[in-house]
Amino acid sequence: MTTTELIIQLLITGLANGLIIALIALGYTMVYGIIELINFAHGDVMMLGCFLALTIVGLCGGEQLSPWIALPLLFLTVPFFTAGLNWSVEKLAYKPIREAPKLTALVSAIGVSFVFINIGMFWGGLPMDVFGGGGSAASAKSFPDLFGWSNLLGEQSAVLLTPRDVMVAAVTIPLMIGLTFFINRTRMGTAMRAVAQNPTAAKLMGIDVDRVIGLTFIIGGALAGVASVITALYTGSIHFQMGYRNGMDAFTAAVLGGIGNLPGAVLGALLIGLVRAVMEGYVPNGGQWSNTVVFALLILVLVFRPNGILGSRVREKV
Amino acid sequence: MRSWMTSTMRLLVGSALGTIFGSALIAVDTITIVSSLPRTGSANAQTTSMVNGIKMALDEYQRTLTVGGTNYSLTYEDWDDASPERGAWDPAVEAANADKAIRNPDVMVYIGTYNSGAAKIAMPKLNQAGLAMISPANTWPGLTKPNVGEANEPTVYRPSGSINYFRVVPADDIQGAVGAAWAKELGAKRVFVLHDRELYGQGIAKMFQQNAEKLGLTVVGTEGIDGKSGNYKSLINKLRLARPDLVYFGGTTETGAGQLAKDMQSGGLTAKLMGPDAFYNSALINAAGNAALENRVFITFGGIPPEQQTGKGKAFVDAYRTVYKIEPEGYAIYAYECTKVALDAMVRAGKKDRAAILQALRETKNYDGALGKWSFDDNGDTTLALMSGNTVVNGAFSFVKLLGQ
Repeated sequence: MTTTELIIQLLITGLANGLIIALIALGYTMVYGIIELINFAHGDVMMLGCFLALTIVGLCGGEQLSPWIALPLLFLTVPFFTAGLNWSVEKLAYKPIREAPKLTALVSAIGVSFVFINIGMFWGGLPMDVFGGGGSAASAKSFPDLFGWSNLLGEQSAVLLTPRDVMVAAVTIPLMIGLTFFINRTRMGTAMRAVAQNPTAAKLMGIDVDRVIGLTFIIGGALAGVASVITALYTGSIHFQMGYRNGMDAFTAAVLGGIGNLPGAVLGALLIGLVRAVMEGYVPNGGQWSNTVVFALLILVLVFRPNGILGSRVREKV
Repeated sequence: MRSWMTSTMRLLVGSALGTIFGSALIAVDTITIVSSLPRTGSANAQTTSMVNGIKMALDEYQRTLTVGGTNYSLTYEDWDDASPERGAWDPAVEAANADKAIRNPDVMVYIGTYNSGAAKIAMPKLNQAGLAMISPANTWPGLTKPNVGEANEPTVYRPSGSINYFRVVPADDIQGAVGAAWAKELGAKRVFVLHDRELYGQGIAKMFQQNAEKLGLTVVGTEGIDGKSGNYKSLINKLRLARPDLVYFGGTTETGAGQLAKDMQSGGLTAKLMGPDAFYNSALINAAGNAALENRVFITFGGIPPEQQTGKGKAFVDAYRTVYKIEPEGYAIYAYECTKVALDAMVRAGKKDRAAILQALRETKNYDGALGKWSFDDNGDTTLALMSGNTVVNGAFSFVKLLGQ
């Protein structure tokens, strides 16, 4: 493998992982932008989306399922489910305490996270073949391989590009462009930016703040749902504790890029993905230090730019 | 007159009560066996199977035991040494379990632990208290053997100066050696050694590496990995650069063995994957799926798998299938053997006394159990050294051959 090939390979893996983190990070950062709440349950919403995806695949025939049926099916149902879940969380756990001190909502979010983790564990114990018959609820579950293992660059190529890597980019990039368009160009997007800037003033201008907040949670949840389908297909296994790890990466990405800032979250996520790829895929014994490097980078950025990489340049949140 | 009546009545009532309570006390005298195994997290399926093994041993005795002419009822308590926060064994819980066992005067034997790291916590406490501890699953050599682990091992676990810890599984120095020999037999020339940075994983990876080098295999790289990582796609890149024909992972199903197998397959790495006994549980097949494992994964296991058992071992496996309607996991028979040898030692000790039982355990020689005929050596280790090599076929573990003969 030449140096160029090595760099391309690290870029492919790093960007694919980074894009997945970015999808989850967008959900964190949007919610923070609107109500200044760090929604710790967000990663677990994504985890439950993964369990739904596996359940659906299991009900529809497992490994035999054609990807051309599975993909539309999953991308329609799972984001719908996670969006509804995220919306209900807002209505049940955050809205009643919206006027309370910020810390109250944070504790509420952590509580919701624990509830979801336990639901995930229970879900993994259902007596289905895809869950190993339900014998060990807490173990990781293999997600059927719907794509095969071909190298799109040909079997002789040293660089490995799988259909999975392409799928990650093909789904996430248009979604992010669409989201940017929605926030910047539509009436509802304008309303969201208005609420983010000043909820009271937005209310005085006749904006239905509750509806805007609800919509933010729906969009964030739907993005988490897309992320769950992609994660399940990309990594090939799911686990009831995966929400914590993915959520932590995404949250770090959001803070790194400047929390509340959409392009910042994507930038932060890609940075984390690439740092991890280099540490784990190239630096000798780097795998055990990748977390250290990521968090050291976070501290370094926060020391010199307390609002994150893009946080201070763009004043408007959402 | 009146006072005489009263005192006679008092005497009668008193003696009657004495008889009732006295006999009741004799009837309820118990010997308690406890186990401290991880019940929270992905090791739970394995633990359930081990607990089933313990219960089967006790049921064979109808839960009563005659020790030195006295009848005792056998009670068993199934303790969890894991916590939800860690999703695996927890040092604080393990320490609390050990203390609880020491405080209860009826507890005569402590069965555990599953993880060698947890054993390190409980061993010195139980040693000080003179309570026997038997592990069905600990394989870290340093727990019992000098000069193979840390410099202060194993004396640091024996503050009282004598031995109270026993195990019925062969330790990892043996497992590492048979693993390396098997790797060579499988045609491996270049091996990459990974470990999960935990006591067990790092220890066995080191043993494997030393033995592999001794056998003339080239170790093309070693690496500690993050057992909780979401995926190992980047790591696979590093492996591809090193071009190994076999990857050894000193780790467990809980620390990413399944994900590693999965990513090796999806990353186009055709090298074989070899792992220690902690791969040998159904959770691995759950996590990785058959395609990533079939004839690609090679697992050394400290003993003979359930379906290969003969004699008393086969009788156990058959009985297990009848009672629980499911295949026993790899360690169930070891938990069963722990319990049986403990009960045997109690009978030989002839009294309900921790020191006497401990002495009887130390003197266990040529015990004819489900695992064959074996003894405890001076370190508390089993004299068994026979292991098995296994792979996965059709979504189930499949025995390949006996190792270490």
